[in-house]
Amino acid sequence: MSTSLRLLMLGATAALLVSCGGKPAGEAAPAADATGAAALDTDAEKVVNVYNWSDYVDPTVIPDFEKETGIKVNYDVFDSNEVLETKLLSGNTGYDVVVPSASFLERQIKAGVFMTLDKSKIPNLANADPVITERVALHDPGNEHSVNYMWGTSGVGYNVDKVKAAMPDAPVDSWRMFYDPAVVSKFKDCGVTLLDAPSEVVGTVLIYLGRDANSEKPEDLKAAEDVLMKIRPYVRYVNSSKYIEDLANGEICLALGWSGDVLQSRDRAEEAGKGITISYHIPKEGAIAFFDNFAIPKDAKHVKNAYLFIDYMMRPDVAAKNTNYVNFASNNAAALPMIDDEVKNDESIYPTPEVMAKIVPDLAESPEFTRQLTRSWTRFKTGR
Amino acid sequence: MARRPLPQPPVRLVGGRLGLWWQLFFRFGPPRWTLYMRHNWAGKRLVIAVPYVWLLLFFLIPFIIVFKISFSEVRLAMPPYAPLWEWVSERAVDVRLNFGNYLFLLTDDLYVSAYLYSLKVAAISTLFCLLIAYPMAYGIARSSPATRNLYLMLIILPFWTSFLLRVYAWIGLLQNNGVINKVLMAIGIIDEPITMMQTDFAVFIGIVYSYLPFMILPLYSNLEKHDFTLLEAAADLGASPIKSFLRITLPLSVPGIVAGSLLVFIPAVGEYVIPSLLGSTDQLMIGRVLSDEFFANRDWPVASAVAIAMLLLLMVPIMIFQRYQARELAGAK
Repeated sequence: MSTSLRLLMLGATAALLVSCGGKPAGEAAPAADATGAAALDTDAEKVVNVYNWSDYVDPTVIPDFEKETGIKVNYDVFDSNEVLETKLLSGNTGYDVVVPSASFLERQIKAGVFMTLDKSKIPNLANADPVITERVALHDPGNEHSVNYMWGTSGVGYNVDKVKAAMPDAPVDSWRMFYDPAVVSKFKDCGVTLLDAPSEVVGTVLIYLGRDANSEKPEDLKAAEDVLMKIRPYVRYVNSSKYIEDLANGEICLALGWSGDVLQSRDRAEEAGKGITISYHIPKEGAIAFFDNFAIPKDAKHVKNAYLFIDYMMRPDVAAKNTNYVNFASNNAAALPMIDDEVKNDESIYPTPEVMAKIVPDLAESPEFTRQLTRSWTRFKTGR
Repeated sequence: MARRPLPQPPVRLVGGRLGLWWQLFFRFGPPRWTLYMRHNWAGKRLVIAVPYVWLLLFFLIPFIIVFKISFSEVRLAMPPYAPLWEWVSERAVDVRLNFGNYLFLLTDDLYVSAYLYSLKVAAISTLFCLLIAYPMAYGIARSSPATRNLYLMLIILPFWTSFLLRVYAWIGLLQNNGVINKVLMAIGIIDEPITMMQTDFAVFIGIVYSYLPFMILPLYSNLEKHDFTLLEAAADLGASPIKSFLRITLPLSVPGIVAGSLLVFIPAVGEYVIPSLLGSTDQLMIGRVLSDEFFANRDWPVASAVAIAMLLLLMVPIMIFQRYQARELAGAK
């Protein structure tokens, strides 16, 4: 069964759990009031509608929040920024908290989708990592509209044994794994996939070519397209969520994937116990980082609850719980001591400062460039 | 004879409602709507009005909205396109129609080749559906009434499961670690799994499987009406079964073939779900181009132009179908 379907079902189960959990949470609310949480500044209707990435939260966090605040959470999930953006641009989404990635956030802020945050309502913002906050400020000047949740990189996810069998000296820490036809052709039969995220993937090709990842120059795009066209015959499919499952069950052996997703795939493979070992590397040439951020749409109906939700997610113990579960790096500096050693010492999640220096953001493109990029991407995907 | 004015009935203020009806009744006779009722015209109109309102609400209005957006321009806002008209002063309205979106479809071969590819996929799928459905429909039409209902039930039964789930089931069957490859490898027919997912083959299987009932049912309803004594007569006169099929059954079943083919062909052209789940990324169907324009390019105006162009493209087969149906109805009289 494919991942997205499972996510869908997970989502449905989560929604069911949430709706079942609503009642006890409501009953628990007076108790919380009695213990001194009476100061909670909630909306009259104790509901918050959250739209987050699939598989992006520890399953206990949402029920805990409901128990503590008495606010019922309607938790919906998506697996592509484009879907979220289309909903946001149509307006009246009904969501109070959404989690776009920084490059999309940047454009959505310009379109006037989000409200300016009142930072006094998010006291736990003090826990934020200044390095990450500064990076997100490239997209959201002054961090006025968003609070970073987690961040990660895109890199090489692979099946250790199969890759070794196909090519004993495979350069697993390099973009050559995907963009050097002599290398990637070796993995054609065991299955190679790329993310369906044009600006990120083209950015990584430009890094491989030693050029600026965010270049909008036509010749750079052309050069990237040439590289992609040469490797097209060896790529089985281009998708942003299917590979998690397929990597875990051995359907594919090499994926250009997002760090946390590949590591989730690794955990699933371990759980399945079929002897499949998955590993992830940030390529030595450098990589592109993405930052997923909480933001509140202007037409949100439960703004106070939304602030409470964001503040809760920024609590160090909660942030640590989430990062331990989803394997993406937290923006929460105060959470670091509570994060499992195997997560925080994993350089593919928390890169060393040297690697960090080579990680670049994926900036929003101009509308004209978006069209050229998508056109180029379509040519690549269709191989013509 | 000079008309004598009718005596004015007294106007009563209390209990006037019934009184008023009586006044009107005396003056004009029974109200017209009771006449309609008597001839059941109102009932007829009501029955006709329901589909009209339905079409108006769920087809015409959305169509007009899409049509309007297709003449607009992109901009970074909510919603992400410019309004078609703006009031420049109280009296003057500034209307901006942008035909560039339609011209754009012609400047890039992407759209034309996607249209052609969609037509090709739809045509091949329709052909396979026909080849599979015809014998099935024929068999059902020739079986006894009791088993006939059972067979029809079996054809409709899969509809009780979600379409999406049925397509997902094919992923489980076709993938390298899937059921088909495992069985073939266990029997020893193949040593290495055959890659079936993300190929044209998978897409055709998906479309043919999903749309087969739409071919079987019209064919069945046509074949069932055939007078099978004609075949007996042909046999008596020395025609071979093949010849009598080609000369009698096949020509008589053409309306069923046309209806079934269009019911499969039209939705298959715009198919999006099956190619994106089972197909590979190099199959460029128009449904996917549309979604790319909408989601990846955020270009709602061009996406709308693609949708309108696709609709026009599909109008042709639909109109052929309509004409065919009209002719058949006329023939039935």
